[in-house]
Amino acid sequence: MGKSIRNRLMPYTFVLPALLLLFLFSLIPILIALVISFTGLDITGLGNWSTVKFVGMDNFVKLFHDSQFLQSIGNTLYYVVIGVPLVVLLSLTVAILINFGNNKFFSFLRLIFYTPSITNTVAVAVVWTYMYNPNMGLLNNMLGKIGLGPLQWLNDPATAKISLIILAVWKAIGLNMLIFLAALQGIPRSLYEAAELDGANWWEQTRHITLPSLRFSIFFVSVTTLIGWFQFFDEPFVMTKGGPLNSTNSVALFVYQNGFQNSNFGYAAAGSFIMFAAIIVATLIQFKIQKKQQGE
Amino acid sequence: MDTNFRSERKLSKGVVGLILAFWGLMTILPFLWMFLSSFKSNAEISQMTQNFLPQHWTLMNYKNLFVSGNFGVYLKNTLIITLASFVGLLFNAMAGYGFAKFKFKGKAFLFIAVLSTMMIPGQVTMIPVYLILNQLHLTNTLLGIILPGLVGAFAIFLFRQFMSNISDSIIEAARLDGASEWYIFWHIILPISKPVLAVQGILTFIGGWNAFLWPLIIANDQKYYTLSVGLQLLQGQHTTDYGLQMAGSSFMVIPIIIIFLIFQKYILQGFNVQAEK
Repeated sequence: MGKSIRNRLMPYTFVLPALLLLFLFSLIPILIALVISFTGLDITGLGNWSTVKFVGMDNFVKLFHDSQFLQSIGNTLYYVVIGVPLVVLLSLTVAILINFGNNKFFSFLRLIFYTPSITNTVAVAVVWTYMYNPNMGLLNNMLGKIGLGPLQWLNDPATAKISLIILAVWKAIGLNMLIFLAALQGIPRSLYEAAELDGANWWEQTRHITLPSLRFSIFFVSVTTLIGWFQFFDEPFVMTKGGPLNSTNSVALFVYQNGFQNSNFGYAAAGSFIMFAAIIVATLIQFKIQKKQQGE
Repeated sequence: MDTNFRSERKLSKGVVGLILAFWGLMTILPFLWMFLSSFKSNAEISQMTQNFLPQHWTLMNYKNLFVSGNFGVYLKNTLIITLASFVGLLFNAMAGYGFAKFKFKGKAFLFIAVLSTMMIPGQVTMIPVYLILNQLHLTNTLLGIILPGLVGAFAIFLFRQFMSNISDSIIEAARLDGASEWYIFWHIILPISKPVLAVQGILTFIGGWNAFLWPLIIANDQKYYTLSVGLQLLQGQHTTDYGLQMAGSSFMVIPIIIIFLIFQKYILQGFNVQAEK
């Protein structure tokens, strides 16, 4: 009898440590975030919980009248709309090009393109800040040699967002290229051989065999990239602090600034929920589109 | 006709190779620039036109990282956090095994709960996690930095996928021989799972080494800073000392690139595993 109870509890001892940590640091926090987003919790409330007041929808109403928040939503949408197609298109292009050959040279290039993905975002953001320096940076240096520039890169509200996007795209290509490459290698060779016999050229083969076979990977990469861009944080945090003139501030950075620099925990939690809702809605729309395409 | 087609193929392969070589060079250019600049003196960097290669190689910047930059402390903290994250790896493997090979009440529900945590953005949990750790008096401690990111749903999922494919008869045979469940896990399951352990081990190392968000939020005191938080502080304090900044960046990036080059075979295979589920 005693042994059978022990046997029945045995599975739980394997999953318990991980489950406890996930519940404590992922699931319970969602509930806490929801509750405090309806309160005015700040630094005083942290010391004395009895001072925390329930404020209903006030935080949400205030957020939509906060010009900084509205601007950070606009910026985030800009990042998503420009960044997602760029990442998908460029990583797919690299993958198709690398798939052309299978000698040492091509596998070496695979390593080169993947390297930015594993390196620390803070470190590469520091490096790119230096490259973007209008006077001493490598980029204006190179532009000067061919008679262009100088550009202001991060210092001008008109170009700062693009500068951050260039860095983030550079960093994102490698991982997504690997996902596309794995899918490309799964396409049966015989399909191409048959097409070649029918006289189809490279472009026709790409359009009618390669791209349709990659439909799921393109969907997967689009969804994960979209979620990533909605949470865009490290690059603006290290490189611009959201400036100049709030032009690079993202919703994620807005949440951090309000939560940890101004200690408006309730207000920041409300902002984070709006971001969460936007991610869920955008993901659902993508799933809908994917379903529709499959139905055709 | 056939030879014509072949030479056409060869030509297009050459063109593609050329495009890729140029693009690849652009891709590693920031790393080359970072590494070479880290050996330049500040006087050389401040010049309006500078060469790609340093005129006078110097190790001054690296020395300064440790003398005035506190990088020794950051390195120690980062190594502690990285080591601790391997405990998380073990928890992930255990959970993956539990979900793969046992039947128990609530299993399906719990597994969906685990997967659903993948969808939650860090920015939503960062404030409540800070409040929880504050309540537990773990803010501004290394343990507080380590705990929130210790286990991950995606790793659990990958372990479960791999371990589901291990044959039940091996486990049953060991049970008949009187082996305990933990003995089976340590001496049979883990050795068989070497490929997935290798991938996850490397990713765990990279993740620990690069940890930024939790140390940034949980550590108020410089003595608990990790390399990435320290580097970000260094950039704020020495805004124009690019030589020092590049040395700090190289110090973070080069070890990861070396580890990646050594273990690249496993990492690149890892994505095949993921793509095929």
